[in-house]
Amino acid sequence: MAETDEPEKKRRRVVELTEKMLVDGDAGSTSDWDDRWNHIKKFLERSGPFMHPDFEPSTESLQFMLETCKILVIGAGGLGCELLKNLALSGFRNIHVVDMDNIDVSNLNRQFLFRAKDVGRPKADVAADFINSRVPGCCVIPYFKKIQDLDETFYRQFHIIVCGLDSIVARRWMNGMLLSLLVYEDGVLDPSSIIPLIDGGTEGFKGNARVILPGMTACIDCTLELYPPQINFPMCTIASMPRLPEHCIEYVRILQWPKEMPFGDDMALDGDDPEHIQWVYQKSLERAAEFSITGVTYRLTQGVVKRIIPAVASTNAAIAAACATEVFKIASSAYLPLNNYMVFNDVDGLYTYTFEAERKENCSACSQVPSDLHFSPSSKLQEVLDYLTESTSLQMKSPAITTTMDGKNKTLYLQSVASIEQRTRPNLTKTLKELGLADGQELAVADVTTPQTVLFKLCFTS
Amino acid sequence: MGTQSQVKMLETTFSSAKTALERAQAATEHLQELNSDVSGNFVEEGPDKLLDNDSEFFHRFTIVIGVQLPESTCLRLGSVLWSASVPFLVCKTYGLIGYMRLVVQEHTVIESHPDNALEDLRLDQPYAEFQNHIKSYDLDSMEKKDHSHTPWIIIVAKHLEKWLSEHNGQPPKNYKEKEAFRQLIREGIRKNENGVPEDEENFEEAIKNVNTALNPTKIPSAVEDLFNSEQCKNITAQSPCFWVMLRAVKEFVHNEGNGSLPVRGTIPDMIADSQKFINLQNVYREKAMQDAAAVSKHVESLLQSVGKPAESIPEKDIKLFCKNASFLRVVRCRSLAEEYSVDTVNKDEITSCMDSPDSEMVFYLMLRAVDRFYQQHSRYPGVYNYQVEEDISKLKACVNSLLQEYSLNVNIKDDYIHEFCRYGAAEPHTVSAFLGGSAAQEAIKIISHQFVPFNNTFIYNAMSQTSATLRL
Repeated sequence: MAETDEPEKKRRRVVELTEKMLVDGDAGSTSDWDDRWNHIKKFLERSGPFMHPDFEPSTESLQFMLETCKILVIGAGGLGCELLKNLALSGFRNIHVVDMDNIDVSNLNRQFLFRAKDVGRPKADVAADFINSRVPGCCVIPYFKKIQDLDETFYRQFHIIVCGLDSIVARRWMNGMLLSLLVYEDGVLDPSSIIPLIDGGTEGFKGNARVILPGMTACIDCTLELYPPQINFPMCTIASMPRLPEHCIEYVRILQWPKEMPFGDDMALDGDDPEHIQWVYQKSLERAAEFSITGVTYRLTQGVVKRIIPAVASTNAAIAAACATEVFKIASSAYLPLNNYMVFNDVDGLYTYTFEAERKENCSACSQVPSDLHFSPSSKLQEVLDYLTESTSLQMKSPAITTTMDGKNKTLYLQSVASIEQRTRPNLTKTLKELGLADGQELAVADVTTPQTVLFKLCFTS
Repeated sequence: MGTQSQVKMLETTFSSAKTALERAQAATEHLQELNSDVSGNFVEEGPDKLLDNDSEFFHRFTIVIGVQLPESTCLRLGSVLWSASVPFLVCKTYGLIGYMRLVVQEHTVIESHPDNALEDLRLDQPYAEFQNHIKSYDLDSMEKKDHSHTPWIIIVAKHLEKWLSEHNGQPPKNYKEKEAFRQLIREGIRKNENGVPEDEENFEEAIKNVNTALNPTKIPSAVEDLFNSEQCKNITAQSPCFWVMLRAVKEFVHNEGNGSLPVRGTIPDMIADSQKFINLQNVYREKAMQDAAAVSKHVESLLQSVGKPAESIPEKDIKLFCKNASFLRVVRCRSLAEEYSVDTVNKDEITSCMDSPDSEMVFYLMLRAVDRFYQQHSRYPGVYNYQVEEDISKLKACVNSLLQEYSLNVNIKDDYIHEFCRYGAAEPHTVSAFLGGSAAQEAIKIISHQFVPFNNTFIYNAMSQTSATLRL
């Protein structure tokens, strides 16, 4: 039996093995040794009874996948690392990855392309380096950016886009972007303008994987109601009648910190700064003691401040694997893709449920028809704003509402620019009639949940 | 480990290793690179050699995971591990199919963490301390602020008292009565000078929770079954702690508990002022502590009766057990020998699943047929292109002999036989990755005794992204 080496010896051994592989690999510039892609070739070069009806086995599919097919991975975190690994080992060589975050020490238990020495560096960069150095021939190009920083020219170049995101807002934005790339000729969708979107999501022991063909199948917004609403504690509970340790922590975070500014006047609470967390923890203990509430711990404090949802490596592995399988199926056309939503839960045994999510007729994102907004002319603009943010099918964050009046563009309300917010704030308390809006008037709404403006039609109720 | 590896394995892993030895070594090193706290070793011999020369080698492990093992090795290893009571998790990827089999004789779970657990509020059989606490509230004479911040549990309890006195001690049973009960609570909402009901969210909460609040306190049937099992009835010096504690809880149920499990002691968050909520929470907490102490006494006397010291089961373990009394689970898997023997094969499960000829059961049968093929031909079907066509009939013969041997009157479509020849024993990375993640979590469940493992066969179909758990 071999002895256990110390870390440095181990590292050197791994490097040796990798170098050996690069040296032994022949077959020219693609560094493909014999039989390297045997497992995959069986699906690309052989026919079978369950293959896609349009599939023709050939040796060209492998070439397409190795040389031409371009995949974009959004996110290089828990799902992203697994996705990159899966795609690289499945023969995809042109992979681009976008992630706006830097590596945190808490990522290291599952985002396995990163090591302790990488903490602080951009995830996309480190992930790309790792894959490129370990999988011969693979070329991952990283983008340390927000998805919103890239434009249609960028997204249009990809054959398939696969998401491993942790935010619904980002998903909706991506969904909107791909919908905006669709080309219609005489009302008929041009299939070559469709970029399939494969979306994976996980939370603890639960996860889902779905295939979206923009313009054809249910999109993210079609099934928005499937996402459970985020739990936020009511302010009165936090301010005056805490009952749970979480209430005490939120009190310190939301009310006490801004009042006391313990680390300086402009220092916002940074969940990654242990000194900040320690301060919040101590104050939360004091608050809890006042009300005889037990259960405040450092870990709970961190969890509440950073809104940590527990992540399990194995769920990420399974969901990313299912997503990568779909990328393979779609890129090769070897099998019919998942149609179109799989749910996974391994709390009690292992459970999956697969179903076809249906398109929503009046989906605000993909139905192409302006949704109706039903309000009486005496309703205030604030009511319209509330509807846009609170309705489960829209769930907008801070919508900006504009319209066309007398041939000119008029901003009714916009929150994100302070001067405009101030100027348009009085409109919120005016009625739709007072604002000069007519029955049937089109309102254009912009929001962070979508790259395009969403059109609505005002329908006055009596 | 131990299989004749070929160069084709290379692209499926991060390892460059070409031989089985190098693969084992590289795997060990990569694991240690991923997590510096991992200490591990690799062994140069294959499992068959070890089974021949030193089968006790396997006894020292908490769990053994067997990957891509040929049938004969798997059965031999299964037998050794079954006798040694070591859990065995078998994993296999074959084409677009993933397969896992868990073999464990008896796996107890105290902390099963169920997704949707019902609260243990005891509103249908209020214990003395709870009744006293309710008495301390007089809803009618309370100040408005207190009235609106009284926990809904108190509100339901008070109104239930009223209802019982007016209905011969019978709680609301059907929809009509529950509606009437909800209305009764609604009438308790304070009204302002104009007779308009105030906004009392706690009362709305009470109304919303009537259905679950009126659930009768009952011992779950799964727990009753455990009470009736042999291990619970016969406590010996060898009995694992789980069974001693379970027996103690059973004694509690028949004595201090008056037919009910120890009170869990937790309540959900609800609209209330801090003091009222904490006080109510403490009433439940204290009762739970009391019940746990009573269970402890039973544990002590049980331990004494088999000559073991009371300290062998710590207080905190008993408390945890009591808190999870409604959620206890025991998983017992059949052995591989039972699954494979003609006398004990689970014919019913197989034939009933195969009533739908495309059920995942067909993949289980195909994997068995493929193993049979390997036994006969020392290779898997369709590995090389020229073999695919001719192997279809050979594989079909294996399928038929399998069905015949076990007297299984099922039909396997030719399409599946063709597909399995097409697979050519390929192990595409993404299918292995799905299975690997799933298997890892099941192994963690076994090691940690938290959450419930599957029982006993899991099939994953990457073509349709569906799966099934079969009991074989």
